[in-house]
Amino acid sequence: MITLNINGKNIRADVEPDTPLLWVLRDTLQLSGTKYGCGMALCGACTVHLNGEPVRSCSTPVSAAVGKKIVTIEGVGRDRVAKAVQDAWQRLDVVQCGYCQSGQIMSAVALLEKNRKPTDADIDGAMGGNLCRCATYVRIRAAIHEAAKSLA
Amino acid sequence: MTTTRIENESRRRFLQGAAGLTLAIYLPAATAAGGSKKAAGAAGFEPNAFLRITEDNSVTVISKHLEMGQGTYTGLATIVAEELDADWSQVRIEGAPADAKRYNNLLWGPAQGTGGSTAIANSWEQLRKAGASARAMLVATAARQWKVPPAEIVVAGGVVMHKASGRKASFGQLARAAADEIPPADVKLKDPKDFKLIGKRVPRKDGADKTTGKAVFTQDIHLPGMLTAVVAHPPRFGAKVKSYDASKARAVKGVVDVVQIPSGVAVLAKDTWSARKGRDALTVEWDESAAFKLGSEQILAQYRELAKSPGAVASQTGDADKALAGAARTLEASYDVPYLAHAAMEPMNCVVQLGKDGCEVWNGEQMQTVDQMALAKLFGLPPEKVRIHMLYAGGSFGRRANKDSDYILEAAHIAKAIDGRAPVKLVWLREDDMRAGYYRPMFHHRLWAGLDDQGRLVGWRHRLVGQSILAGSPFAALVKDGIDGASVEGATNLPYAIPNRLVELHTPTNIGVPVLWWRSVGSTHTAFSTECFIDELAQAAGKDPVAWRLSMLEQHPRHAAVLKLAADRAGWDTPLPSGKAGERRGRGVAVHESFSTYVAQVAEVTVKDDGSYRVDRVVCAVDCGIAVNPDIVRAQVEGAVGFALSTVLNGGAITLTDGRVDQSNFHDYLTVRIGDMPRVEVHIVPSAANPTGIGEPGVPPLAPAVANALAAATGKRVRKLPISADLLRA
Ligand code: FES
Ligand code: FES
Repeated sequence: MITLNINGKNIRADVEPDTPLLWVLRDTLQLSGTKYGCGMALCGACTVHLNGEPVRSCSTPVSAAVGKKIVTIEGVGRDRVAKAVQDAWQRLDVVQCGYCQSGQIMSAVALLEKNRKPTDADIDGAMGGNLCRCATYVRIRAAIHEAAKSLA
Repeated sequence: MTTTRIENESRRRFLQGAAGLTLAIYLPAATAAGGSKKAAGAAGFEPNAFLRITEDNSVTVISKHLEMGQGTYTGLATIVAEELDADWSQVRIEGAPADAKRYNNLLWGPAQGTGGSTAIANSWEQLRKAGASARAMLVATAARQWKVPPAEIVVAGGVVMHKASGRKASFGQLARAAADEIPPADVKLKDPKDFKLIGKRVPRKDGADKTTGKAVFTQDIHLPGMLTAVVAHPPRFGAKVKSYDASKARAVKGVVDVVQIPSGVAVLAKDTWSARKGRDALTVEWDESAAFKLGSEQILAQYRELAKSPGAVASQTGDADKALAGAARTLEASYDVPYLAHAAMEPMNCVVQLGKDGCEVWNGEQMQTVDQMALAKLFGLPPEKVRIHMLYAGGSFGRRANKDSDYILEAAHIAKAIDGRAPVKLVWLREDDMRAGYYRPMFHHRLWAGLDDQGRLVGWRHRLVGQSILAGSPFAALVKDGIDGASVEGATNLPYAIPNRLVELHTPTNIGVPVLWWRSVGSTHTAFSTECFIDELAQAAGKDPVAWRLSMLEQHPRHAAVLKLAADRAGWDTPLPSGKAGERRGRGVAVHESFSTYVAQVAEVTVKDDGSYRVDRVVCAVDCGIAVNPDIVRAQVEGAVGFALSTVLNGGAITLTDGRVDQSNFHDYLTVRIGDMPRVEVHIVPSAANPTGIGEPGVPPLAPAVANALAAATGKRVRKLPISADLLRA
């Protein structure tokens, strides 16, 4: 039995310590907003925050998350920056199939928490690990700028 | 379609417990069933429910089509809301159940499904009538209650009003009484100039749920007692299980069962990770005696050989051979495209719960009728006992419309192998998804053209070699005289005025790689070969690529209009600003029609000395008839540009070695990332024509436009996708 701090709550889970955090979130705790896309830290669909840093939960053993603050798409919206990002995403209708978007938003929030005025190059750098097969990239870029503006 | 009849479903208590108005559209059975006499049986009419208005003032539109990103839920609901004069905020959308009698795709005849960019096109009149009828019934109800003439009643923003008496009512307030109304025999549709939602920017209905993690995909289904299955698949197409040892797999904590199924060995566990560990602990010996063992280079060599001799005639005008023989100048070129995986972001998956007298399926369901039949056959059930819940799909690009119901049947076989003891969620890991085949077929194209002494195109011969998608599928009847239309679409209907032309096809049948439609199907490769070759010819004739195309498009004004618009907005007639030292820049154009939508694109590229290149900007012009939701049209074209660019850039190919697929995940099957994405501008041609599709048509012109731009920048013509930077070195 391990204890995890997820979205501000302590939650106990009976899992093997080498289980990737992704599957603990999705299967054990049924927090299924975080998605599986590749399992190899290649696509970013599984991005969550660990002490504020974006990490690929598919490649993070749950044991490495113990004692840290885990934030997922289900909880991130309480934060002002995340709210601005989600609002911008909706204003610009970024989503298509939507499957990658939890991960996109988690990466975008982490970027804006550190850098309130990202350039296109900053965005390409921070978002380069998040694939979108629907290729919503034009709007992802625009929505990050839009969120930055609304936070200024 | 003009015979569409509306009836009031709530009077038949079709939907029990839903207080309010449920509107059904009754199509004469002969129409509904695609003209089949047999279906026009005793009852004569079958209901077709699309719209429900309830006392809570919500308007629920029932979508017969899958939402896989293309915006169809929003588009279909917009059509209903427009004619109903509903307020957009009161509109909700619900996926329809599998029922081909009520929810068939009108362009597919008796089958239900989503594909070929048909969702809006086939629903346009059907849903306008549904909305307009419901509106008329709400008006009639209000007129009766208020004792005023219906003609004095207006409806706007979800409110029914009588100006003179100052009376008003919401749809919800009228819903219960309207449920007793008899639908109008004939209903007047709006004049497009009065549209308030169609043609305007209306926000997507799935935007909020998809930005907060609430949207439910197949991957997210959790049922009580459900087991997750991960499958060991054979290393080559056509191989089978010879024997297996599951002792180590069964020892993995969380693993519940291991079963053999026709497509491999399935490990069932309490969760995905345990199932995966169990799968990796299996030892399987494969029988590869019937397996396909060629590599892609060998397949290509075979295709090149075939292209030396004439194929089956797909289309013919005039005498191409004679025109080529008599031409002042002839050119010849061949083009190659590889296999491509769809690689939807959500790998294939499916949930099946098998009960005593029926089964229930949860899936990003794209082809209800085919899948329902396949499941019914496997389980020995009548089709109506197969209930399919259509969920959001995390992309598809054609993959979920599998002609053989491949992954759905795999899930069903697992459920059957455990006698339905638990609901089963089949999860394909990315590697399973990428190696499972059903690729966009590899194609080899060989083209010949003849120019006269004025530089006019007088002869054209186009020979294609590639596997058939339709052969051996439930759609095999569509293959006529050895020609699969899905192989040659975009080639046989080349729009240019060329007096003599011949399109021929070789369909090899000895290749064991499963193939499937892939976002824009045949046009993915025919647009590439024809639009690149046209560009080569323009150069040979010493003509401007845009002007030369336009000179041959007099009979095709919609092609010409998008081409002119894209060229104009891209500044085609002004020189492209030059790059930094060591950079070569170029501009290229292509135009192509697919699924009755016309798209032209102008691409701008920058190539470095080492041959590495990027696409800086793509200007698109689109004619898709009335753009129901112009912002979604733009989004689809932007996305199509990125999707198609993955086929141009390095790493965008599936290859085989000795029959084994070389790629497995996103490190060796490279798809476009944000840093690769060009600026994209989308211009929509104003139109009063009925709407056509937009999910696919943005894809075909991109690869040729980029290839033409690279040729313009470097003087080097690369005739093979993906385009290798090595070939573009200074
Ligand atoms: S699933 Fe974790 S990066 Fe792809
Ligand atoms: S929205 Fe479909 S993968 Fe990104």
